[in-house]
Amino acid sequence: MASTDRNAERLKELRTKHGRSDASLPERPAEPAKDLRQAQPRFRGLEAGHRACQGCGEALAARLVTEAAGPDVMISNATGCLEVFTTPWPQSAWRVPWIHSLFENAAAVASGMEAALKAQGKSTKVLAFGGDGGTFDIGFQALSGMLEREHNVLYVCFDNEAYMNTGIQRSGSTPHAARTTTSPPGKARMGKRHLKKDLLSIISAHHIPYGASTSVAYPADIRRKVRRAMEIQGPTFLLVHSPCPLGWGHDGARTIEIARLAVQSGLFPLVEMERGEVTDVMPIRKPVPVAEYLKVQQRFRHLFAPDDPRALQEREHLQALADYNIEIYGLYAEEADPLDTEGADTVRRGGLAN
Amino acid sequence: MRQALEGSLAVAKAVALCRPGVVAAYPITPQTHIVENISKLVADGDLETELVSVESEFSAASVVLGAAAAGSRAYTASSSQGIMLMAEVLFNIAGLRIPMVLTCANRAVGAPLNIWNDQTDSMAVRDSGWIQLYCADNQEAVDSLIQAYRISERTEIPVMVCMDGFILTHTLEVIDIPDQGQVDAYLPEFRFQRRLDPSDPISLGALVTPEHFSEVKHSQHMAMFKALPEIVEADKDFEAQFGRCCGGLLTEHGDEEATVAILTLGSIYGTLRAAMDAHKPRKKVKLIHLRCFRPFPEAALLAALDGVKDLIVVERALSPGLGGIVGTEIKAVLSTARKPPHVHNVAVGLGGRDVPLDILPRLLEALKDGTATEFSIFDADLSKLPEEDR
Repeated sequence: MASTDRNAERLKELRTKHGRSDASLPERPAEPAKDLRQAQPRFRGLEAGHRACQGCGEALAARLVTEAAGPDVMISNATGCLEVFTTPWPQSAWRVPWIHSLFENAAAVASGMEAALKAQGKSTKVLAFGGDGGTFDIGFQALSGMLEREHNVLYVCFDNEAYMNTGIQRSGSTPHAARTTTSPPGKARMGKRHLKKDLLSIISAHHIPYGASTSVAYPADIRRKVRRAMEIQGPTFLLVHSPCPLGWGHDGARTIEIARLAVQSGLFPLVEMERGEVTDVMPIRKPVPVAEYLKVQQRFRHLFAPDDPRALQEREHLQALADYNIEIYGLYAEEADPLDTEGADTVRRGGLAN
Repeated sequence: MRQALEGSLAVAKAVALCRPGVVAAYPITPQTHIVENISKLVADGDLETELVSVESEFSAASVVLGAAAAGSRAYTASSSQGIMLMAEVLFNIAGLRIPMVLTCANRAVGAPLNIWNDQTDSMAVRDSGWIQLYCADNQEAVDSLIQAYRISERTEIPVMVCMDGFILTHTLEVIDIPDQGQVDAYLPEFRFQRRLDPSDPISLGALVTPEHFSEVKHSQHMAMFKALPEIVEADKDFEAQFGRCCGGLLTEHGDEEATVAILTLGSIYGTLRAAMDAHKPRKKVKLIHLRCFRPFPEAALLAALDGVKDLIVVERALSPGLGGIVGTEIKAVLSTARKPPHVHNVAVGLGGRDVPLDILPRLLEALKDGTATEFSIFDADLSKLPEEDR
């Protein structure tokens, strides 16, 4: 039996078990669906009712990832917002088997789960979830070990660019010049002094089969990349840019808009890497000036202080970083990307043409 | 089958007999021979397991945590700095009530760097919520390991089997390795009730607020006490199956009427037993091997100390600024006893210093002249220190 048949059977079994019978789950229509809503997956790994802030990018991203991954998974979750807001005992928002152990060991716990499933001859996919603190910084060693040992795990980093759960402290992922509670701007400093760690390149240097960055502003892109990773037997990695209204200082209603500006300005490039090589990028048709992205967030407000020559200097610095990304990844393109879902004109109705 | 085996190889063979689904370990002296031997058993096809050679002890403990949570029997081993690096995970495993077994090849904790034996490492994690069993010899290291899986899987409390580094791990002894059929009969297949399973999803490791935390800790505390009879029963059933035992919670040796008792953990017990023959004491003396240190077997200890006037606690660990760890705990336990013995407490053999047979007459001499009254590192040679450090 082909593995896809086995997966389909397993899926059916699980749906029946959870009262999500196939009757309420229309088969994927042969003709294109009537609207996008109908093309949405019906399985929800992360249910509503959890305690995330309004406009939380991470909550939305985690829902999209688990929807696309399906029910035959188990999750190892690092300590962080996602863990805290989904599982205040005795409640849980997860519909899939889920374990939280510690901050820095999500990848190692996932390695153990995968080893156990292998020993038991099961095909359930293991996912590991961590924030940028648990991935770029404290959990990096465990992640590197997991990739090197080639565990069949999809590691997803929800990147909101600081330690939000402990109150917005700087991480290795915090962008240059951003304000956090441990990189406050003042007379002697202009926010974070160092650059955002280029994690995806480091991950890619492990020569894993698949690693990609994606953004909560592009649900179709997330879904495609998750599905892609799910099909691979081996270590895969997704970096999901997820704005944090509280930490970034923006209105919760603007999460998607701001995440999109990060991509369109070139500051957060959406790329795919296979075995250490860049294989695809989401093109930018009209690069947006970085200032457009910065000015809508309180964490960069000091970069717009009038009469401060450092402000302009840092804005230019950040613009240069975005220009660099656009150049090295070749992001600039004339044509629309099918997964760039901005505006009705670019939406491909009825699913993805791959 | 009785064979002359190195302690580490014997332990590796015992691990294989328990059929673990996942083994994860990181090398550290003196635990290395255990993982090396397990790797060889896997390479030779004598042990079918997922062997995960991790990048740190921290990940070793995390991998076995994940493996056991996903429903596989899991094993790891470490020592010293490795136990320290694992510490956070050890507390987590116990708090999550995930069953598994770890062999601690006891070694001193640096600085100063020292690869030799004492028990500072396992003592440092005594509050982690793991059951701790200490082994007097290599046969016990093998037998306790097999028993440990049964205890752990019945109580859902992880078990740490402590064996003195080098003194046991690197020593050849004649050891009886049980056969697979007997072990299978003694140790049923691992069925973890709360395992992660997509057909019945649960969430493990939720955030617990002050509203419930105390109750969770209470139940963990009580579970440890409930494990005491399980430890005794596991040893009794083991004896019925294999014809030998490890003494349950503690072992006594010597005169039942003794007024002097010497209590210790680990291989010093073997040294003292031999010393009892070599230097027959004039007084009536008995030896106590405290096999089970966590949960603390208060009732069994009180019973063993009935009629004892002087108790010398000899331990291989030190709490700087306090003194002995085991000695201090025993004093606390005895404080409610009706006629408690006078407790004398010494540390010996720190960082691998040899504990020779004449330790016994020297201890009894110190008891007589009163020098054992205050805690000391008994075998420290103060003449090696500058005056101001003595």
